[in-house]
Amino acid sequence: MNLLFDININSLPGPHDIHRKVLANGITILTRENFQSPSVVVSGLFGAGSLFDPAEKLGLAYFTSLALMRGTQTMDFQTIYDRLESAGASLGFAASVHNTNFGGKALAEDLPLLVSMLAECLMHPTFPEIYLNRLRAQIISGLTVRAQDTNEMAALTFDRLLFGDHPYARPEDGFIETINRIQRDDLVEFHRTHFGPESLVIVVVGAVTAESVFDLVEKELGAWKNPLVEAAPSLPKIQPLKATFREHVAIAGKSQTNLVMGTLGPRRNAPEYLTATLGNNILGQFGMMGRIGDSVREKAGLAYDAYTSLNSWIESGSWEVAAGVNPENLEKAIQLILQELKRFTTEPVSQNEIEDSQANFIGRLPLSLESNAGVANSILNLERFNLGLDYLQKYPEKVRQITPAEILETARAYIDPEKLVIVSAGVGPQKGQP
Amino acid sequence: MEQMTEVILDNGMKVHLMEIHTAPIVSHWVWYRVGSRYETSGKTGISHWVEHMQFKGTPLFPAGVLDRAISRDGGIWNAFTYMDWTTFFETMPAAKIDLALKLESDRMVNSRYDPAEVASERTVVISEREGNENEPLFRLDEAVEAASFNTHPYRNEVIGSIADLHAIQRDDLYQHYRKYYNPANAVLAIAGDFETRAMLDRIGDIYGKLPGTPVAALEIPLEAPLNGEKRIEVRGPGETTYLNLSYRAPAASDPDFFAVSVLDSLFTGPSSLNMFGGGGISNKTSRLYRTLVEKELAVSVNGGIQATKDPYLYSITVTARPEVEPSAIIARIDEETSRLQETLVTQEEIDRAVKQARALFAYGSENITNQGFWLGYTEMFDSYRWFSEYVQRLQAVTPEQVLKAAQKYLSRSSRVVGTYIPEGPQS
Repeated sequence: MNLLFDININSLPGPHDIHRKVLANGITILTRENFQSPSVVVSGLFGAGSLFDPAEKLGLAYFTSLALMRGTQTMDFQTIYDRLESAGASLGFAASVHNTNFGGKALAEDLPLLVSMLAECLMHPTFPEIYLNRLRAQIISGLTVRAQDTNEMAALTFDRLLFGDHPYARPEDGFIETINRIQRDDLVEFHRTHFGPESLVIVVVGAVTAESVFDLVEKELGAWKNPLVEAAPSLPKIQPLKATFREHVAIAGKSQTNLVMGTLGPRRNAPEYLTATLGNNILGQFGMMGRIGDSVREKAGLAYDAYTSLNSWIESGSWEVAAGVNPENLEKAIQLILQELKRFTTEPVSQNEIEDSQANFIGRLPLSLESNAGVANSILNLERFNLGLDYLQKYPEKVRQITPAEILETARAYIDPEKLVIVSAGVGPQKGQP
Repeated sequence: MEQMTEVILDNGMKVHLMEIHTAPIVSHWVWYRVGSRYETSGKTGISHWVEHMQFKGTPLFPAGVLDRAISRDGGIWNAFTYMDWTTFFETMPAAKIDLALKLESDRMVNSRYDPAEVASERTVVISEREGNENEPLFRLDEAVEAASFNTHPYRNEVIGSIADLHAIQRDDLYQHYRKYYNPANAVLAIAGDFETRAMLDRIGDIYGKLPGTPVAALEIPLEAPLNGEKRIEVRGPGETTYLNLSYRAPAASDPDFFAVSVLDSLFTGPSSLNMFGGGGISNKTSRLYRTLVEKELAVSVNGGIQATKDPYLYSITVTARPEVEPSAIIARIDEETSRLQETLVTQEEIDRAVKQARALFAYGSENITNQGFWLGYTEMFDSYRWFSEYVQRLQAVTPEQVLKAAQKYLSRSSRVVGTYIPEGPQS
C-alpha cells in the first residue's frame, strides 16, 4: 500500500535535530529546537523510584517527590509558586517505580526561571514540617477518594495479583497506613541517598537554541554531586500466571462496575515489543477500540469504554483489557472478551487488519509529535529505554516488516485465556464467581 | 497571529479558514448550534445521543468504514456535545483532508438512524452516564445545576436524565438530527497546512451543494435572579466532603465576562480555555488556595467560569479536610469574597492574570487541532473576535471593574451552595 510510504522520516525528531550532551557529573541533556510557538517544555527523570520504598513506608518516593516544591534553602512554598504562576509557568514532580519524573512548561523567555527552579528543588529542598503535614493530608485525601474509585481499585488490585512480590505490584502512592508512618527524617534520608546527577536525564523542547539549553543546565546543575546515591537493588523475578485469578472489590453505591482483566506483557526493550503493540492495536485500539470495542461496545452495546492497553516497563509489562459496565452485564462482558482473546491467540490477524494498523502506526507519528510535550516525551523514551536517537527514522520500516504469524506467536507467548487475572470493582459481592 | 478568512456560503453555512504551515497537518471542524440548551423537557440528553448516532453510518459510508479510513491515514476524529453546541472534528495528514470534507458533508444529511443501532447505543449512553454517576462530583454538580436554574435548560446535565434516556425513541432522535444538522445552522472551521483558495473551491463543491434550512434562533428568557441563597445536600458513598458554590455568571458576550475572568484568575487560579493540549497552571498562590488550603481547611480548591451563550455559573469546588465543618469553609470564602467586594485589586494582579492567559494561549497554539477548535468554538456563543481580542480585553480590565464584578456576581443571595455528604465506605 502506498499509504505506508507517505511519511517524510526526516521531519521526525532524530540524530539530525536532537542535540545530546552529557555533563561531567553525569547529567544527560537532550534538546530539540522548535520556534513555531513561543513556548518551551522541560521533562526528565532520575532513578529515585518507589522500588526503594520499604514495604511499611510505601509511598516514600512519591511523598518525597511532591515535597520537593514545599520549600528550599532560598525559597519558601509561596515564593516558589508565586514565581512560577506569575510567569504562567508550571513545574511538577512525581515518582514511578523506577524513577522520579518531572515536567514543566513556560514561555520561552522564562526557561531560565524554570531550570533554576528545577535545580533548586532537586538539590536543596528543606522539607518544612508544617508543609509535610499539609501534604500528608492531601495525599491521604487522594487515597481516600481512590478507595472509592472503581476504576482505580480494579487497576490496583489487578497489579497486585499479577506482579506478586515485585514492586510493580505496589501502588507508588502507597496506602493510608504507610503514608501515615512516613516522617520528615525519612524524606531527608531518601533525598540524601537517592537523589543525584548520574542518572538524571533532562529533555528541553521549544523555542530555545541547543547551546543556550546546555549552558543553562550546566550553570544550574553542573556542579551537583552526590557520592552517597545507592544502586538499585535487584528485584524479585516476575512469575507467569499458573491459573486464572478472579477478585471482586466491593464498593457500595456505584452505578457502574469496572473490569480489568489480562496478563503479563513484554518489557519495553524486548525484541517482540513492537509486534505486541501492533497486535494490541488490532485487539483493542484501532478505530473504535479494535476488536474488543467492536464486540463489547458496537455490537453488544454493553459499555461506553472497552479497550486494551499494553504497558511496558524496564523489567516486565502488563497486557490489559478494561471496560466499564452495568453490574448486570459483567459476566457477559467477560465472556465476550474471553472469546476475543481466544480468537486472538488461535487465528492469525487478517492481512487487512495488519495493514490497517501498520498504516495507523506510521501515519499517526506526525500528530503524536506535534506538540513540544509530545516530542519531549518521545525523546525521553528514546534515552530511557536505550532505543537510539534514530529510532523514529527506523520505526516505519520495522512496523512494515511485522507479519500476522509474528503477532500470533507473540500473542500466544503472552496471553493464555485460561490463565488470566480478572478483577472487577463495584457493587457486590458479585454472583457467579468461580 | 495568522489571518482568518471568513466566507458565508449561499446555503448559509459560515466558513472559517486559517492557513498554518508548521506541520503537514489539517484539522477540520463542523460546529452545530445544538446542545442541551436546545432540549425540551422529557428529551434531555437527546443532542448527545444524536452525536453518538452520527458515528453509526450513512448509505455511502457505513459504520466502521470511516473509522477505518481515518485511522489508516493516521488521523484522529471525535465529537463533543455541550450546552450550546455539538462539534465533530477530524485532524489528518494534509494530503488526506478531503476525506473529512466528504464524510462530514455526507453525515450532515444522510445518517441512517437504524433502529437496531439506536437500541444498542441507548445502553452505551446509559453506561456512559453510569460511569459519571460513580463520581461524587458529578452527582453534586448535577444537583447544583438543577438548583441554580428553575426553567433554563442549563439546569440539565448534557448527558440527560436516566428516565429520558430510557424514553427517547428513534424518531425523536431523527427529528432532532434533521432539524439542527444543516449548513444554515453550522460553522465549518479548518486550520492547518492548505491553500485557502483551493480549499474554498473544494468546500463550495462539497458543502455548497447541500440545501440550507435556517433554524430560528432560540431565545430563552433570562431567569430572574435567585431569590436568596439556596443550600442543598447530596448524600452518597465515600469518606470525602465536597462543596460546590455556584454563582450566576455573565454570558461570554457580556463585557463583564472579562472582569470575571480576571477575578477568577486571582481568586481561584487561571482556567485554561484550550480544549486540546497546553496543560494548566497551578493555583497555589490564588486567594482561596491561600485561605483554605494553606490554613488547613481544605485539601484543594478550584474554580472557573465557562464561556456560554446565556448566563451560566461561576463555580468554586472545594475538597474539604475530613475534620473540618463545611460551614467553616463557607465562612472563609465569604470573608475573601467581601475583601474582593470592598478593596480594589492591584494592577499587578491584573497584569499577572494577563500573562497567565498569554502563556496558556501560547501552549495551546502548539497544536493544530486546538487551533481548529478556536476557529469555530467562539461562534457558538459570540464571534471569532471574542478569541482574537481576548488578551487585549483582559488587559483593558481595571481594578474598579473587578470590584464591581465581585459585587454584582459574587453575591450570597444569588448562589447555590451544594455539599456532598459522604455516608462512609460502605463496602
